[in-house]
Amino acid sequence: MQYLEGRKYVVQAVFLAVALVFATRLFYIQVLDGSYKLAADRNTLQRLVQPPYRGLIYDRKGQILVQNTPVYDLMVVPREVKQLDTLRFSELLQLPLDEVRASLQAARKFSRVKASPLVQNLSTPELAAIQDNLIDFPGFSVKARMARSYNTHSMAHALGYVGSITPKLLERPQYSKYQPGEFLGITGLESYYEKQLMGRRGVQYRMVNVRGIEKGAFRGGEFDTLSVAGQDLHLSLDSDLQAYTEKLMAGKRGSVVALDPKTGEILVFVSAPMFDPEMLSGKGMGNRYMELLNNPEQPLFNRPLMATYPPGSTFKLVNELVALQAGVVTPQTGFACNWKLVRCTHRHETPTNVGIAIKQSCNPYFYQVMRATVLRGRSSNRFEDARLGLGEWRRKVMQFGLGEKLGVDMGQEKKGLIPSPEFYDKRNGHHRWTFRTVYSLSIGQGEIGITGLQMANVMATIANRGWYYTPHFVRSVGQSGPLPEYNVRHTVGVDPIHFEQIIPGMQSVVDGNGGTGSNASLLDMGISVAGKTGTVQNPHGEDHATFAAFAPAQDPKIAIVVFIENGGFGGNSAAPLAALVMEKYLRGQVAPWRHRWEEWLPGSADRFIVRRRH
Amino acid sequence: MNYDWADAGGTAQFILHTSYFILHEVNSSPARYNRSIDWVTVLLYLLMVGVGWLNVYAASYSPDAPENPLGSLGFAQLMGYDWFKQIIWIGTALLLVLVLLVIDPKAYDTFAFGLYGVMIVLLIVTPFIARPIGGSRSWLELGPVRLQPAEFAKFITALAVSRYLATINMRQQNFRDQLVLAGLTLLPPLLIIAANETGQALVFGAFLLAYFREGMSPLILLILAAGGVILLLALLVPKLWLVLAFTIILVIVLVANRRALRHHLPVSVGVWAVVIGMVFGVDFFFNSVLQDHQRKRIEILLNPSADPLGVGWNVTQSKIAIGSGGLAGKGFLQGTQTKFDFVPAQSTDFIFCTVGEEWGWAGTMVTIILFMALLMRVVYVAERQKSVFGRTYGYCVASIIFFHFCVNIGMTIGLAPVVGIPLPFFSYGGSSLWSFTTLLFILLAIDAARKQDLERH
Repeated sequence: MQYLEGRKYVVQAVFLAVALVFATRLFYIQVLDGSYKLAADRNTLQRLVQPPYRGLIYDRKGQILVQNTPVYDLMVVPREVKQLDTLRFSELLQLPLDEVRASLQAARKFSRVKASPLVQNLSTPELAAIQDNLIDFPGFSVKARMARSYNTHSMAHALGYVGSITPKLLERPQYSKYQPGEFLGITGLESYYEKQLMGRRGVQYRMVNVRGIEKGAFRGGEFDTLSVAGQDLHLSLDSDLQAYTEKLMAGKRGSVVALDPKTGEILVFVSAPMFDPEMLSGKGMGNRYMELLNNPEQPLFNRPLMATYPPGSTFKLVNELVALQAGVVTPQTGFACNWKLVRCTHRHETPTNVGIAIKQSCNPYFYQVMRATVLRGRSSNRFEDARLGLGEWRRKVMQFGLGEKLGVDMGQEKKGLIPSPEFYDKRNGHHRWTFRTVYSLSIGQGEIGITGLQMANVMATIANRGWYYTPHFVRSVGQSGPLPEYNVRHTVGVDPIHFEQIIPGMQSVVDGNGGTGSNASLLDMGISVAGKTGTVQNPHGEDHATFAAFAPAQDPKIAIVVFIENGGFGGNSAAPLAALVMEKYLRGQVAPWRHRWEEWLPGSADRFIVRRRH
Repeated sequence: MNYDWADAGGTAQFILHTSYFILHEVNSSPARYNRSIDWVTVLLYLLMVGVGWLNVYAASYSPDAPENPLGSLGFAQLMGYDWFKQIIWIGTALLLVLVLLVIDPKAYDTFAFGLYGVMIVLLIVTPFIARPIGGSRSWLELGPVRLQPAEFAKFITALAVSRYLATINMRQQNFRDQLVLAGLTLLPPLLIIAANETGQALVFGAFLLAYFREGMSPLILLILAAGGVILLLALLVPKLWLVLAFTIILVIVLVANRRALRHHLPVSVGVWAVVIGMVFGVDFFFNSVLQDHQRKRIEILLNPSADPLGVGWNVTQSKIAIGSGGLAGKGFLQGTQTKFDFVPAQSTDFIFCTVGEEWGWAGTMVTIILFMALLMRVVYVAERQKSVFGRTYGYCVASIIFFHFCVNIGMTIGLAPVVGIPLPFFSYGGSSLWSFTTLLFILLAIDAARKQDLERH
């Protein structure tokens, strides 16, 4: 049987083969394949995110506008709900029975074992009312959370609101860290400064066992971080002036934007009709949002940024400045008030210089100013000449921050439109249009579109004699000043001397004898206002009224644009409203004899319409 | 040591006193074991039991427990911890070692069949008197101690078949002898299957390795291996493909042997028919013979991601625990998957998960090397036996340990179906530790006495 002894090697080989297979397999799953480590962490690590304290918002004078208060969400775990008396429960919550049923159904659909919010944003008193009875309803619990609360009833459009993140936003990479249901700024400054206001989340890693029971910190909390509160925003908005302006704009549609020309800081930002920022926070916020959304007056529409109107006569100033810089006219240039070219606003003295033209807002004068700028014989072909001229003119106009986004610190901003030669090529055909086609632009009518904010910025530029800082709402993020882009001074390519040549005309609009903007005069208080009225032709109804101004003329501290939809002639409504705001800002109060305006201006725009006989 | 044994009750004291007494006795007896006992095996055994206990401690350690449980907990509370009970099992196992070494090794030879008979009776009786535990009636309760006769059936059967193979005139080529041997080997597992402990029954398949060493035709091993491969293929590959493949092979074989077609045709076609029959028999075996949970365990082996939260939970979590250990492991007591109960039966059948998670690949390699060292040593010890009985028994020991090693580690890393058998010397549990200790030390006792045999003969 000696030969059998060799079989021990077979047996040993079998042993070693199995050991080798195991060693290889173990090397693979333990060392090479990292997925098991991830799976192990998924098993045991629970990531608890600590939401940070959202930054506060202050106004220009340091008044607190937006702060955080604890609110409570009523959570439900559908599986734990036992024999719910929905009728009693809805009475307790003071909510309609149908709504409670619908919410419960939604929660059940989301998950039977995970908690989901049934009623959000309960205030402390609301919670107190139901908390004692909650013990009778198993499966319901209360989760505390911080929510926004407001110390002001105005500037809702500027502040924006905070709401839970939408599924659509969650898919974007910049929101990848947000959890479903987490709150963030949806519009306005809350949205634009989300990153700064949000702060940094704290993260704690907890170990859990197979039943989900917590077993302490992961590696003694080595990887845990504390949450860092968000930075505060210090706005340039003056909440008193804002509230005052909103009161004056009550009942109308339109916008008011006031800037500090020296810094580009936005002092007043009104979009009428207004709403109380409180409406978009707290219990029932969703319903109130839908109300606002379906309101035919469109209160959610952020008019100063989003509504682009033809600017009307206020645009004549830009037209004139471009022509002066181009050297095609001088301040002493006179043009006939030739009604054959374009109808003028009214019969007036002959505009023998730019001052008279501005004061009288003479349409034919500015028609001829633009024609001089555009048609300069760059080409023997008159179509091509108009084409080249308009292109050049447009480039210069756009230097004023028109026809493109200014870059204000808020989303939603519209570009407006300064039509290009290509625009007319497309509409009328190449070489199928001349200056006669586009002349409306010279008086701010026609295809041109400008937002309230852009017009205010033009006023600030004129006030500064040729430069501007991009308008912005936030003077300081935390203690570190405004965002760097708001410290960059932009020039518009027009020499200061040309501004000095038109400002006297603007002053005479307000303070001169028979000026179109005399209702805006503050001369009685020793303040000289430089301004320009505008009446925008509106094919859909009454004309829109605008007034753009800055004051004091020699040392401007405020530039303002008022736009009242269907307000008729700008001098009647927009001008006095601007005057009140400017006086309030410059003097801190309004002269007693102008109080009658404070009472007269609020309300519907109809009162401003003066029926003219034709 | 700052704890008081008085707290721990009389048991520990009894162990200490008794072991002192026995050691004294052994020492004073003619020094027959001192030199001749195979200390390499003893050392490996102690190492494995020690390392095993560390892992049982880690697996049953709870971060919530007091820092110094021996000082602050009473005996009854301590008995709630597997690691503490394992100390007692190890202590008693060491006592058992002493008893085994005191017994005259000739007794194993002499009483092999007698023990076998007693064991068969016990296996028959057990299902009737045992309380059901975990779906099987295989545990006998003697006061506080629970024993599983199936565990001890292994070494007793090993003794009996070794005794039978050592019978003069016994020839494995003899059909009648083969039948008796098969009967001896298969009777205990059949009784164990009746008590619903399939895993323990499968262990008896390991005896084939020992029989192979003692002269069994390698053809039997090859046929069994081929059968296994065919079964596996039948589960994995569509049957039509298999039939096609085997038919092509048949045609090739016949064409290659066309000169002697008459001689080859019946055998080839016969083999082909058997193979095809097996292919179609798999369905029947799989669906009608296997129990539901057994079928699922095999399905999970073939497709591990099928049901990770249900039937696949054990294997999935076991692989996660081992796989997350990395090269060097998470450190002693630092395992999370095992500690937080993701791995089931973590101190018994799945103890290898703790090794893998806390000690990493380094730890699993040390374990595998320890097992290989022990198996090689046991083969070495078996080969140096002069008697067929001793040698066969040695190979039985190696085969049984090898089978447990294979299936237990294999199931934790997804290479074998989940079969509830322990990892020798590592897994928590008195029955398994005692039975493996007995298995191994009977061999060492026989080995130590082999020189005396020489002297006597």
